Amino acid sequence: MSAVPAESAVEVEGVSRRYGRRWALADVSFRVPAASVLMIAGRNGAGKSTLLRVLATAIRPDRGRVRVGGFDAVREREDVRKRTALLSHHNYLYESLTARENLVVVADHLRASRDSIDGILAEVGLAARAHDLVSTFSAGMRKRLSFARILLQQPRVVLLDEPYGALDPAGFDLVDAFIRAFRERGATVLFATHQLERSAKLADASLVLEDGRVVA
Amino acid sequence: MIAALRKELLLQWRSRAQFLAVFVFGAASLLLFSFAVGPNARALRTFSAGFLWLGLLLSSTLTLAESFHAEMENRALEGLLLLPSDPRALYYGKAIANWLQLTLLGFALVPVMVVLYDAGTLELARLAVIIALGAAGLSAPGTLYAAMTSQVKAKQTLLPLLLFPLIVPALLASVKATSLAILGDPMAQSRSWMALLAAFDLIYWSLCGLLYGRVVEE
Repeated sequence: MSAVPAESAVEVEGVSRRYGRRWALADVSFRVPAASVLMIAGRNGAGKSTLLRVLATAIRPDRGRVRVGGFDAVREREDVRKRTALLSHHNYLYESLTARENLVVVADHLRASRDSIDGILAEVGLAARAHDLVSTFSAGMRKRLSFARILLQQPRVVLLDEPYGALDPAGFDLVDAFIRAFRERGATVLFATHQLERSAKLADASLVLEDGRVVA
Repeated sequence: MIAALRKELLLQWRSRAQFLAVFVFGAASLLLFSFAVGPNARALRTFSAGFLWLGLLLSSTLTLAESFHAEMENRALEGLLLLPSDPRALYYGKAIANWLQLTLLGFALVPVMVVLYDAGTLELARLAVIIALGAAGLSAPGTLYAAMTSQVKAKQTLLPLLLFPLIVPALLASVKATSLAILGDPMAQSRSWMALLAAFDLIYWSLCGLLYGRVVEE
């Protein structure tokens, strides 16, 4: 099935997702225009991470429909994955590989050039630690490397789960700069955060989740 | 698949101390089997092929389970799937890397078997092919089941419980072919056992590659 021209980069209609007997998401619906930034707020356990994981196709919704870039997130999963990148709580990094080797693995699987890797590592402030094992990294450095992973993917839709978590103040500024840069490149950014005051300045719109439901 | 294999080999190289530990475990198993038989040189030589494969089988569960440790530590496997990567390519990359490691382990255990059981043979090339075919029969379903059990707490218990019944045909063929290589093959039966082993390998590698995507994806 070919992609339909999408005014909305992300369309979520009546999505529900259950873990055991508990509904983590219940009848969630919203749309995100292309090249815009949506902030997702809510308490711990409100369903923010689950929502981002559904959008990234890491998990399937039990009910409802998700379209990303005009592609159905269940039936056209591969097409959605080519267009999205997820910054997860799990950083997706190999501990026993160096920072550079982790990015080489990503580049090789994407069949992308390795030429940009050193530049990206410099961009996230890890050039000096490029050949160090990830197991020696602090939580903040791992987060920076996870951002490098996303930069290498060059996604159309960027999904960030707690992007400010574990970062120092300089890292906060880096995240702000990345979100702005992604939007300027025409990417759509959805990010879940507790840094509401800071994020409100970056976001074009916001969504508040409570017990898996959209409340604002 | 080349990208996946390259990554697996790099991860294995980084955890090469683990290989030594698994080899020591396998060699210790062979030593214990010899104690069970006692000082009967003829019986030891007769059962040497079975003991070699039992040692390799027990060691393989450690190798196979460990091969998913790095994937599950930070959910790196999920990260690769979301890139997106073809699950079959990821499977064959890991299964080939596991096969190489188990084949090497099998080769390393042969001298131990020769010393402990006086089970020398001049059919070294044939023995090498049998070990490679037998290791392929362990690594293909072993990689699939290691993926299935990698997210459960009791994976070290569950993996052998699931794996051992499935690989009995390949294990029997491996033991029989190895035994003929060590004790002599006057009726030229070895080729038939090796052909049977290769057939099982083909089935395992084809089916497991198809099923892997369903196992690792939600």
